[in-house]
Amino acid sequence: MAVKDYIRERFFPHLWCPGCGHGIVLNGLIRAVEKLGMSRNEMVMVSGIGCSSRISGYMDFHTLHTIHGRALAFATGVKLSKPELNVIVPMGDGDALSIGGNHFIHAARRNIDITAIVMNNRIYGMTGGQYSPLTGPGMMATTAPYSNIDQEFDVVEMARAAGATFVARTTAYHVQQMADIIRAAILHEGFSVVEVMSQCPTYFGRKNKQGSAVDMMKRMKETTTPIGSAAKAKNPELIERGIFVQVDKPEYCSEYNKIIERAMGGR
Amino acid sequence: MTKQIKFIQGNEACVEGALYAGLDFFAGYPITPSTEIAEHLSKLLPQKGGKFIQMEDEIASMCAIIGASLTGHKVLTATSGPGFSLKQESLGYAVMAEIPCVIVNVQRGGPSTGVPTHVSQGDVMQARWGTHGDHSIVALTASNHQDVFAMTVEAFNIAETFRTPVILLFDEVVGHMRERLEIPEPGEIPLVKRLRTAVKGGVDYHPYLPREDGRLPMSDFGDVHRYNVTGLVHDMWGFPSDNPKIVHGLLRHLVDKIENNASQMARYKTFYLEDADTVLVSFGSAARSALHIVESLRPRGEKIGLLELQTIWPFPADIVSQYCNNAKYTVVVEMNMGQVCQMVKTTVRHPERVFLANRIDGVFITPTDIKNILRLIKGKGV
Repeated sequence: MAVKDYIRERFFPHLWCPGCGHGIVLNGLIRAVEKLGMSRNEMVMVSGIGCSSRISGYMDFHTLHTIHGRALAFATGVKLSKPELNVIVPMGDGDALSIGGNHFIHAARRNIDITAIVMNNRIYGMTGGQYSPLTGPGMMATTAPYSNIDQEFDVVEMARAAGATFVARTTAYHVQQMADIIRAAILHEGFSVVEVMSQCPTYFGRKNKQGSAVDMMKRMKETTTPIGSAAKAKNPELIERGIFVQVDKPEYCSEYNKIIERAMGGR
Repeated sequence: MTKQIKFIQGNEACVEGALYAGLDFFAGYPITPSTEIAEHLSKLLPQKGGKFIQMEDEIASMCAIIGASLTGHKVLTATSGPGFSLKQESLGYAVMAEIPCVIVNVQRGGPSTGVPTHVSQGDVMQARWGTHGDHSIVALTASNHQDVFAMTVEAFNIAETFRTPVILLFDEVVGHMRERLEIPEPGEIPLVKRLRTAVKGGVDYHPYLPREDGRLPMSDFGDVHRYNVTGLVHDMWGFPSDNPKIVHGLLRHLVDKIENNASQMARYKTFYLEDADTVLVSFGSAARSALHIVESLRPRGEKIGLLELQTIWPFPADIVSQYCNNAKYTVVVEMNMGQVCQMVKTTVRHPERVFLANRIDGVFITPTDIKNILRLIKGKGV
């Protein structure tokens, strides 16, 4: 199937600002799904609230646009009740890790077969540029006019610690890698987390004098490096990209099927 | 076949009713006094191939059942006051997105943590208005286990018929009391199945376009129709819209589909009302004491009767008017500060003849309490 068959073309052009990285994530996601050759009828996309969450409306899947922070909880209901569906949950950084932080760690802990994509632009874009748990100290935001003092989460470390069995990071600049990683994440049986660093030139970039979208993408190229690279050894400040965790552990829905067998067998 | 008779808690009667109705997915979180519902379902659901999950919090439980309803399952969650507060946002989502689901609230004393192990009926108005924005809601209640069973089945039937969340507003006394339950034979109580669209794949399907009879056929996630579900105001395909006509139309539809069918949803019981000049109006466990006092005063020649409400929302105004308009005294017996009493007052012809007989101290209201209040109302002294 052609890439364009995966989108709801009538809703384009999309609502994201010029230069926003989220459209590139949409692109990477579609290419990942297209390569897998999955039927649209078996795909469910569940999203929350925010710029990121509007991605679900553009995909020609079963789409569930829910409430702020709770996408993974809705997705857990979808997946457990019908495990044969492929469930993808795109979230923003505030959506996934602030209001939705509890659901994030618990979905990871259960290792339920859901693909979570954290579109991390380090800002609340939809509401106009407030700091998020991923903004980091020293940054400016409309609610941090004197600079931010909140420490940030590391999405990868957090997902790993919570028990996610597939954890990866990529950026909107590295779109080929993004598609490959999302494809691997969808194929992985268990809870997968893909952090995609995405640029918000409208708020984060403007508030923090990071220039245009192109400048911000150049920065992603320059400040990141593949996992374990020589460059990282030289410059520990670099942010690593790639697959950090990929392990086999009992998946929640499969384990629940064993519970059903046990209950039906009267054991 | 011999009747299946059990001696169980009200919470278990609710579980039996839910399973009879075809429940196949439960998500919940432990909270007194509703926890037994989760405990029993964790055992019984997988025995019939259903799914039980204990979520990380009350919010997640409500969200999970909405997700599971969309894949075509009959779903339930159970909670009490604090948890019911936490569920309100996603309850509103279920109203907006028209998701059939059932939410049990076994009421305890509030506000806040309140008196967790004691009885109250203080969530009547929260059930009605707990979630933000104009909307309508369905809430049912019951005073004994046979009715807990029947109302639970009814809740699933209404949820499916009207594509709406339905609240079961039980209370701690009913939830924890043990009494007899006779499980009806399969087929004895009719069940409403999920209405699925007959529209074939590839043909335009409108998940939010009501049929002529007002019902909205659904399509399960995973089937041939890929549509959008959102908490935003949406068009007939489920896609967001802020077109004033669509905003107005959707809000009207959400309210009208419940309010216009209030009489169809009105469940109630009447006791000795034919000649009653004193009408007690009650519901839930309080109605047991109300019935007791009615039956002890009748032999003394007092013309007293009971209207037991089982549907609280949409408020059965016609029924209340019918039985209370000509009464000398209407006395609402409830364990709160007059939440149903207010509704009765706004409904009847003579609000000045409506009185409240209540307790709000976490102690179950007794027939003697009601008798004493009746004497006060009638100026007889205690």
